[in-house]
Amino acid sequence: MADKRTVVVAMSGGVDSSVAAALLKERGERVIGVMLRLWSESEGDSRNRCCTVDALSQARYIAGELDIPFYAIDAKDIFHEVVVKSFIDDYAQGLTPNPCLVCNRHIKWGFMYERARALGGDFMATGHYARLRKKNAVEVELLKGLDAQKDQSYFLHVLNQEMLQHTLFPLGEYTKAEVRGMARDFNLPVAKRPDSQDLCFVGDGDYREFLRRHAPQVENPGPILSVRGEKLGSHLGLAFYTIGQRKGLGVFAPRPLYVIAKDLAQNALIVGEQEELRQSQLTVRDINWISGATPQQPFRAEVKIRYKANAVWGMVTPEEQNQARVKLEKPLHDITPGQAAVFYDGEICLGGGTITK
Amino acid sequence: MKNIYLDHAATTPLDSRVLKAMTPYFTQHFGNPSSVHSFGQNAAAGLERARAIMAQYLHCQPSEVVFTSCGSESDNLALRGAALTTRQERGANHLLISPIEHPAILRTAQQLQDLFGFELEFLPVDKYGRVTPAEVAKRIRPETAVVSVMYANNEVGTLNPIAKIGEICREASVLFHTDAVQAVAHLPANVQKLNVALLSIGAHKFYGPKGVGALYVRDGTTLIPSQAGGAQEFGLRAGTENVPYLVGMAEAFRLVQIEHSQRSTASKKLRDRIIARVLEEIPHAKLTGHPSQRLPNHASFALKNVDGNLLVAMLDARGFACSSGSACKTGNPKPSGVLTALGYSPEWTKGGLRVTVGKDTTSDDVEAFLDTLPDVVALAREM
Repeated sequence: MADKRTVVVAMSGGVDSSVAAALLKERGERVIGVMLRLWSESEGDSRNRCCTVDALSQARYIAGELDIPFYAIDAKDIFHEVVVKSFIDDYAQGLTPNPCLVCNRHIKWGFMYERARALGGDFMATGHYARLRKKNAVEVELLKGLDAQKDQSYFLHVLNQEMLQHTLFPLGEYTKAEVRGMARDFNLPVAKRPDSQDLCFVGDGDYREFLRRHAPQVENPGPILSVRGEKLGSHLGLAFYTIGQRKGLGVFAPRPLYVIAKDLAQNALIVGEQEELRQSQLTVRDINWISGATPQQPFRAEVKIRYKANAVWGMVTPEEQNQARVKLEKPLHDITPGQAAVFYDGEICLGGGTITK
Repeated sequence: MKNIYLDHAATTPLDSRVLKAMTPYFTQHFGNPSSVHSFGQNAAAGLERARAIMAQYLHCQPSEVVFTSCGSESDNLALRGAALTTRQERGANHLLISPIEHPAILRTAQQLQDLFGFELEFLPVDKYGRVTPAEVAKRIRPETAVVSVMYANNEVGTLNPIAKIGEICREASVLFHTDAVQAVAHLPANVQKLNVALLSIGAHKFYGPKGVGALYVRDGTTLIPSQAGGAQEFGLRAGTENVPYLVGMAEAFRLVQIEHSQRSTASKKLRDRIIARVLEEIPHAKLTGHPSQRLPNHASFALKNVDGNLLVAMLDARGFACSSGSACKTGNPKPSGVLTALGYSPEWTKGGLRVTVGKDTTSDDVEAFLDTLPDVVALAREM
């Protein structure tokens, strides 16, 4: 009993993290449940859609059924400081940020990992669909979840060796359907709850309204220009548009026009036809290499430019200061600065970073 | 690992003697006390015996004991009930309360102000959380409807000079209520000596069951009922009486009133040991509340730059159950209102730690806790 490991599980009250906790408990680990309370715009009592009072009671109930201790941990200040502010800043700089990545790196791991250790945890676990494989005595590799539909390694590419070596993903070997089945077998009182939300801190889920409320400076009208510089109309503020967007531009043209770039210097929204959107080159910054070492040679890899996109083959050329150039073998029309490009070697997630252009 | 319970100000386990007294009223004497038949009579006998026991140890008449569902309900009935009738009787529209009352008083007073138009005034408290009789004398007015000052503060353990404040109120012919929910678990509850018109009690703080309380209402004090309906509890609280729980509360109250001095002597030793070692071994720790005028089982601290909520979770993960004034189990901590009212700055007000021992706490329990605490606090400060 003395060498029993303690695993701190991030619980949301939903089916995935509940089954993750149950599996660990069944394996004989000493399990502690934790839920982070995150910042949300609805001040006062936290209405963050991932950690409502409702979700908290559900998680507490499940922890009770599993007979494990459960604690809610306040992370509002740091979440606001790190995740929400960078979300606003990125939009102000013409990017389309992915706050879940920032949250995973700094809040779920980082902040929560430290607290998991403080609670006596040897490991931290979550209900993500991803796997970890020992590479040698110390190092681990991050692998895609076996359920291709649910694989969440894209969101986990920001984690470093220290974090991953102390992490468990109990669901990585299972499909969502199997997890649902296990929830029934474990007799878990999992209510029908939507999966954890992106933009959990945005009260009504509408990021444009959120920006209007919290960053009124982004409401900064300017011209809509064609790639050749002709003025076609005007926009409400660059932050309200996404690369690849077609609807809602208010521009009449014989052929459909798409947002293809944002010119910050001129405060101009650049639009063009679909072919003009296609790109096969991108640069990536702030790369985290899962192995901890920057590859010395250019290499061929599969590249995912957003969570739900299909991976495409490309040549990745690592550069100084955790940057890389990527040449795709097939052009894509939705490469969006601010989103992450993640590199794969088959099922192995090699790492990734933020698309700059 | 055996978990050690050091949170007796939150609640206490049921005394086995109390459970024994309650049991027959669940099964054998299950009748409705309002019924005419023998089943009802047996239940009514238990109910009235319970009232008589409460009265005996409160030093009042049984007709002055109103049973409620908890200390909070007693507070509600006392403050709202007295404020509304007093205004009706003599137009008094002013409420005088301490700013560090239990939420049951604070929120009720707030409601009386917001919804019923009462003028709410807060008495000043010193750095220990004490209300001085002189301040009451200064602020009490002919149009004061009720004064309410808690006997002992739940968060910092400080005792108030209730008898003296009561004297002032009595001379001014103003109703005086005290929330004695924490205090009567440790101190004599003689309402004559305390000079109170209204006194709130909750059973689970003194090894009685949860979900039952009482309000002492001095003869001649009229209240608006907390719950309208049948004629139970002198028409102040409708609903079939919870006889087994009332019987349990009376037995628990009898036991604590008989045993309190011996329980307190033992608790005090442990309390003083906790205070001494914490102040000596943990840097940037302050005792909150009064050093001597405090509950005998109650040690409370403010720890600089500590998230009290996290500290309590970390202690629990190591087998020690205590609480933090600022903590709540929803992980949504606000700086402690009590510590803020006592003048603590923000780097202290999230770091409340309350350690409250019970009649079964041993010296070994306390030493084990104190051996663990310094490292845990140091670790919490790294977060």
